[in-house]
Amino acid sequence: MVTQITSFGRSGLYDWMMQRVSAIVLSLYTVFIIGYLLLNPDLTYDQWSTLFEATWMRIFSLMVLLSIGMHSWIGLWSISTDYLKATGVRFFFQSLCGLVMFIYIVWGVQVLWGL
Amino acid sequence: MLVSIYRYNPEKDDAPYMQDYQIELPAGKDLMVLDVLNLLKAKDTTISYRRSCREGVCGSDGMNMSGKNGLACITPVSEAAKNGKLVLRPLPGLPVVRDLVIDMGQFYKQYEKIRPYLINDAPAPAIERLQTPEEREKLDGLYECILCACCSTACPSFWWNPDKFIGPSGLLQAYRFLADSRDTATQDRLGELDDPFSVFRCHGIMNCVSVCPKGLNPTKAIGNIRTMLLQRAT
Repeated sequence: MVTQITSFGRSGLYDWMMQRVSAIVLSLYTVFIIGYLLLNPDLTYDQWSTLFEATWMRIFSLMVLLSIGMHSWIGLWSISTDYLKATGVRFFFQSLCGLVMFIYIVWGVQVLWGL
Repeated sequence: MLVSIYRYNPEKDDAPYMQDYQIELPAGKDLMVLDVLNLLKAKDTTISYRRSCREGVCGSDGMNMSGKNGLACITPVSEAAKNGKLVLRPLPGLPVVRDLVIDMGQFYKQYEKIRPYLINDAPAPAIERLQTPEEREKLDGLYECILCACCSTACPSFWWNPDKFIGPSGLLQAYRFLADSRDTATQDRLGELDDPFSVFRCHGIMNCVSVCPKGLNPTKAIGNIRTMLLQRAT
């Protein structure tokens, strides 16, 4: 057993499962948005705004935001443990990734809720 | 034929280098790579490599032949040579002891980690622990591994984390004992594998399947371990 305290869920299985679940959420959202844009070629601002005011769409979008954070953290954590061998550099990279993801999530919530 | 061999003698050389040899191969015969090495060794006795059974059973002569890992004794030159040139290098990712001989220490450490022996706390029966033909069948495709290290040294995840990722060979063996109806340490074994490295550093690129000289499928075994971990946790 290899002890790792910086991985997402500290369990290989949990990270692996979350990576797959978040991938499904991201795929569904991508298909939905592309489908919506194709079905509404003359999309207006009001229509777009109404879509994002619906509670279900906000839940869906927030789920996607959190999935992006989770998915990219697990992915970038794996890449950093593969290629960055110096502990200081790896820790800095992981901290930077964590910070950027946090900013994206807060910023995304702000955009979604129009705060 | 032109044969290019990786040469490195740490007692003499500052850095490894490739040495070219020109050799006449007997006509009408498709020699194995090991035969070519033996012919070269007769000319230049300083070339070092491991070999023993010369029939693909002992797993000693695993090496990288024109970019692909395999056993020199069962790989025909016609298959290994590219454009009339045969390039021989040691298995990648492990320290080189000399020329084509590598230090397998790290590979064996990972093998040791998975406890490659039957664990059963029940008192031993008078004769043997019986299995049904179906239970025995589950071990097919797993027990045949000869620990030649061709698969693990073809795996980038093992190159980057040889101390943490068990590697395809070790995981194939791990599943061999997880799947064994006579083994009673299944839960303990699974508990030792549930970290982000031991099993889950496998990204399923299947280099291991492509190079295994025995035609085994470590990726499938790793998938089965994941399923067992998932069943245990959910």
